[in-house]
Amino acid sequence: MIPRLSVARIAAIARKELLHLRRDHLTGGMIGGIPIMMTLLFGYAINQDVRHLRAGVADLADTHRSRALTMDAQATQVVDVVARVRSATELRQLLVEGKISVGLLIPRDFERRAERGARPAAQLLVDGGDPIVLGAARGLVELPLAGRSPPSPRAETFALRTYFNPERRSPIHIVPGLCGVILTLTMVLFTSIAIVREKERGNLELLITTPIHTLELMIGKIVPYVVIGYVQVTLILTLGTLLFGLPIRGSLLELATGVGFFVAASLTLGLLISTLATSQFQAFQMTFVSFLPQMLLSGFMFPFDGMPVAVQWLAELFPLTHFLRIIRGIVLRGADLGQVVPDIWPLLLFFAATMSLATLRFRKRLD
Amino acid sequence: MPTEVAIRTQALTRRFGDLVAVDHVDLVVPRAQISGFLGPNGSGKSTTIRMLCGLLLPSEGSAEVLGFSVPREAEALRLRIGYMTQRFSLYEDLSVLENLGFLAEIHRLSAPRRKARIDELLGLFELGSRADQLAGTLSGGQRQRLALAAATLHEPELLFLDEPTSAVDPESRRDFWEILFDMVDQGTTILVSTHFMDEAERCHELAILDQGRLVATGAPRELMDSIDAAVVEVECERSRAARLHLEGLPEVKSAAQLGTRLHALVDRSVDDPVARLERSLADARLAASCRAAPATLEDVFVAATQAGPEHAR
Repeated sequence: MIPRLSVARIAAIARKELLHLRRDHLTGGMIGGIPIMMTLLFGYAINQDVRHLRAGVADLADTHRSRALTMDAQATQVVDVVARVRSATELRQLLVEGKISVGLLIPRDFERRAERGARPAAQLLVDGGDPIVLGAARGLVELPLAGRSPPSPRAETFALRTYFNPERRSPIHIVPGLCGVILTLTMVLFTSIAIVREKERGNLELLITTPIHTLELMIGKIVPYVVIGYVQVTLILTLGTLLFGLPIRGSLLELATGVGFFVAASLTLGLLISTLATSQFQAFQMTFVSFLPQMLLSGFMFPFDGMPVAVQWLAELFPLTHFLRIIRGIVLRGADLGQVVPDIWPLLLFFAATMSLATLRFRKRLD
Repeated sequence: MPTEVAIRTQALTRRFGDLVAVDHVDLVVPRAQISGFLGPNGSGKSTTIRMLCGLLLPSEGSAEVLGFSVPREAEALRLRIGYMTQRFSLYEDLSVLENLGFLAEIHRLSAPRRKARIDELLGLFELGSRADQLAGTLSGGQRQRLALAAATLHEPELLFLDEPTSAVDPESRRDFWEILFDMVDQGTTILVSTHFMDEAERCHELAILDQGRLVATGAPRELMDSIDAAVVEVECERSRAARLHLEGLPEVKSAAQLGTRLHALVDRSVDDPVARLERSLADARLAASCRAAPATLEDVFVAATQAGPEHAR
């Protein structure tokens, strides 16, 4: 049986949701507050181009050349020398205490090693607990030693050319992904409480005694948040462009279309949670349980290709995984919609599946 | 041709796990009357109403409401019934007008009809001056009038009211019932649950529920006249002691305090119940005056709900 849906009823539900939002200042504030706060925080704070690592130096040689080496290391800006000690033991102690993340150990026979050039002249102690720090510190290994004849200039195998983000600035990479992360959080959160809140406050008993159709209720509940989703994306991308010089290389209209698919998929995930949860608190918990793996495994935090294949399969289920590819494709690489189709149909499938499940799960009954 | 019966149930039963909330209820509710469900808390009043609205599935038995078989045809029935829930179920963060406007749109009233109907209800329920006030800030009486207005927006043929006046002062209660009688005059059928005797007495028909079972049905007058016990009114200085004494007698079914007097229900088999009680109280050195009295609805209620299963109906 195909139900005849009433646009007037859907509009009535949507209007009522907006009235709730207008009266609820906390939620209303979240609409603008979360994107602005997170864009500023992530944009300024997350920087994978690591500089100014705290370093300690144990210069046991204390020669002209060893002092020059310390100064050269400092000049790279990769490290800031914050401590000078007299022994390797003390240096290791600082590392254990977390006071430094890099230790520069210049041995007593530094001059001899430097002259011969066969063995490395000095040692670099690095806290391997953070892979990004480790990567940055490794760059120091290549530091040329003053006075020692530079190794014969040999041609490198590859010449590196960085596309789409030639200056390798982190915000360019982070901001488009941030759109997806923020939408995942706010969209799911908003709709996950949409139905369970009415249940908790007793409104549902009245609503399900009216002739409203379940699908009308579901659509009416998500329509206002689609608009809010667009407001948030606009905010984030505007901030990204103004503050971090984010280039938007693809078409805005095609970007908006991609956003629409993703927003719809996230909203229906929230609706499904709302039909499963028995209290608003449970809905919050379930929202975070669904949010964390999306944030960690979608390729936002860590490179997707580095994950084991089984985890990649799991991540393919998440809307965020596909949206990240879509938005990075359109915004950074100037791709068009046709080129991101492989990531659009999974979103549509996800939307259809969660919407159907939510509609089937929701009964106009109390038992 | 519309039937004269609004609701008919057969062995309607609802279980929640081991608990039988409604136990084989056979009920007939006539049209264009106020029918009352009288019963203590937990007697199954709300559960029965929810099954009749199609909100709960019966575990057993069947129900026909306005000619629709419930729950199968509940969706079609919903266009023609109104339901006022026990707990206030309108949106507290929406104004009176916004609440009514929202429900009018859900019921798909046309725009001009919507405005006319809402104005009419605001006048009828004296909410005109509160139109822009948030529902959550209304007083108990105003909330209840708003809830009734919301339940009747679409002019339903049948109205279910689940303990509508439990949080309301006596004056508001009287006004509320005036409105209900006006609706019945216009042909609406009303089924109201209550645990107030004065409200129950106003109903055309009563059904007394106890522990999920229907223990008595009939017009209030009829029920009072046909009570299966002799009612003896006892006046005694030491009324508490007298009550305990009377409750200890095997032929006394119950003794309840009604104001300053006691009402004792005595088994029909006793020849002269007044003399019997007087003698017994005198033997117990309790000076009391006894006389036969007409049964009140409270007596009916006590007799019906305290009788064991063998006395049911």
